[in-house]
Amino acid sequence: MSVSERSAAATGTGESAMLARSFRGAVRRNAPGYVFLAPWLIGFLCLTLGPALVSLYLSFTDFDLLQAPNFVGMQNYVRMATADPKFIAAMRVTFLYVILSVPLKLAFALAVAMMLNRGLTGLPIYRAVFYLPSLLGASVAIAVLWRQLFAADGMINSVLAVFGIEGPSWISNPRYSLYTLVVLSVWQFGSPMIIFLAGLRQIPTDMYEAASLDGASSSRQFWKITLPLLSPVIFFNFVIQTIEAFKAFTPAFIVSGGTGGPINSTLFYTLYLYQEAFGNFRMGYASALAWVLVIIIAIFTAFSFLSTRYWVHYDE
Amino acid sequence: MSDEARVLPGQGSDHPYLRSALSHCLLMAASFVMLYPILWMLAGSLRPAEDLFGGGASLIPSQVTVNAYPQGWFGLQVNFGHFFLNSLLISSLATLGNVFAASLAAYAFARLKFFGRNFWFALMLGTLMLPYHVTLIPQYVLFLNLGWINTWLPLIVPKYFAVDAFFIFLMVQFFRGIPRELDEAAQMDGCSPWRIYYKIILPLSLPVLATAAIFSFIWTWEDFFGPLIYVSDMNLYTVQLGLRSFVDSSGTSSWNELFAMSVLSLIPIFLIFLFFQRLLIEGIATTGMKR
Repeated sequence: MSVSERSAAATGTGESAMLARSFRGAVRRNAPGYVFLAPWLIGFLCLTLGPALVSLYLSFTDFDLLQAPNFVGMQNYVRMATADPKFIAAMRVTFLYVILSVPLKLAFALAVAMMLNRGLTGLPIYRAVFYLPSLLGASVAIAVLWRQLFAADGMINSVLAVFGIEGPSWISNPRYSLYTLVVLSVWQFGSPMIIFLAGLRQIPTDMYEAASLDGASSSRQFWKITLPLLSPVIFFNFVIQTIEAFKAFTPAFIVSGGTGGPINSTLFYTLYLYQEAFGNFRMGYASALAWVLVIIIAIFTAFSFLSTRYWVHYDE
Repeated sequence: MSDEARVLPGQGSDHPYLRSALSHCLLMAASFVMLYPILWMLAGSLRPAEDLFGGGASLIPSQVTVNAYPQGWFGLQVNFGHFFLNSLLISSLATLGNVFAASLAAYAFARLKFFGRNFWFALMLGTLMLPYHVTLIPQYVLFLNLGWINTWLPLIVPKYFAVDAFFIFLMVQFFRGIPRELDEAAQMDGCSPWRIYYKIILPLSLPVLATAAIFSFIWTWEDFFGPLIYVSDMNLYTVQLGLRSFVDSSGTSSWNELFAMSVLSLIPIFLIFLFFQRLLIEGIATTGMKR
């Protein structure tokens, strides 16, 4: 072995030793992070990412839980678009619900937050009272209550009877049933209200003082100061509440007894998905429904973010 | 002029006292309307069954009786005490898992340096927006293959893997606010990351841990979809499922009993609300929770 060869071999082992050292160093540097991350990482891979990819695959199959899935191409999506009146009904109901409930809920939340922000005494009490429905609202008990409130002989009609009005059976009339659920959603304006209150506190009062000195009316102050400065919060609430509205399930399930009736008038998208998956065991089709929901939410979120440059003002 | 200069946001009136009185009237009326349905349910649960539809909209029962409570309690084959115990167990175990797993991940994201941290963090944030329906069916198949259907495991075990990224996000925000000098000093003294986590970070984070625990408990308690899918044996029912069976079995014939059980099912949430209101409201205000 020549000298040069020997030295080359030496550097070789030196290099591999260095590599081994730096590898051990990398392990030592990164190990604690991954140890702490491990539960989440395992959950993310096995319970979120993995299942999401599997459901994407299942959406192109005829999976029925009992037999192995057969690949059917775009058939599920085609059926949805062309041959499934219940899907169309569910889309109609869900979009109507979102379009009606979200703006109303946010309008109430903002109006009440602005009233509470005037430094009134008793703010914590009012805030608590308005927040309580948000906290309780998701439970079956409240859905049960709503069913009775709007029943033919429920509280609402008793109140109307005092004024000599004979109310319809709100829940069992397909013309009105969805609106009772919109009211239920608007009733829960408390949590966006609290976020609005926190946002309103951030607006410096001297801006309003300066505006009043210049003779700006309060409606002008609202449009020119409050709304622009609050726009990031409005945007946030709007996105979160819209996504939540798309995902609503329990009230429609309880009020309609799981059917989405009368005549599909409360057939929320998620309720239809549930019926297809766990009532009819069309798991492939239900997976396709789930992915369509993801796409709808993704498109909505993307458009909302794109729109921010026209109406949301961030601090520079 | 000087009067106007003291005007507070939205207060353009010349009569601040009148305006404030008007606001109070309006807010009190609104509070009444907001609480009316809940009070009506409470009143309904105290009405005798014969009073079925006679009560109308009034809050004051013609005759007060608590009979609906024991009747409702034993109204199904399995009594509600069983459902309450089940819900309490599931919610407590789920809460424990959520807080434990989320705080571990949040500590890694907020404090430890490791390869790929930003990548995983971005993915974690991405899952916040993902509707759970998209993982629903494969998860169901997974739990079916594990033999977990008709047990509580699908409702509890995922929480020990921090599947609800919301809580991680909440805690990361809080951990980032803890002065770094504290853990750097501890590191100098040779403290391991594990020791820093449970000797420094956790004790300083009690408010956020409590907030996460409270929301986790309430959300699990109110969860209807999970138990609906995974639990079919009535002995394993949660309160929410028990209420739903009650609706199905009784229709509108014993609505005072239904109301009584509904009122009871809300009491735990109401108590949490009473005692931890400040934490709930701060949690929402600082992170913007959905409900």
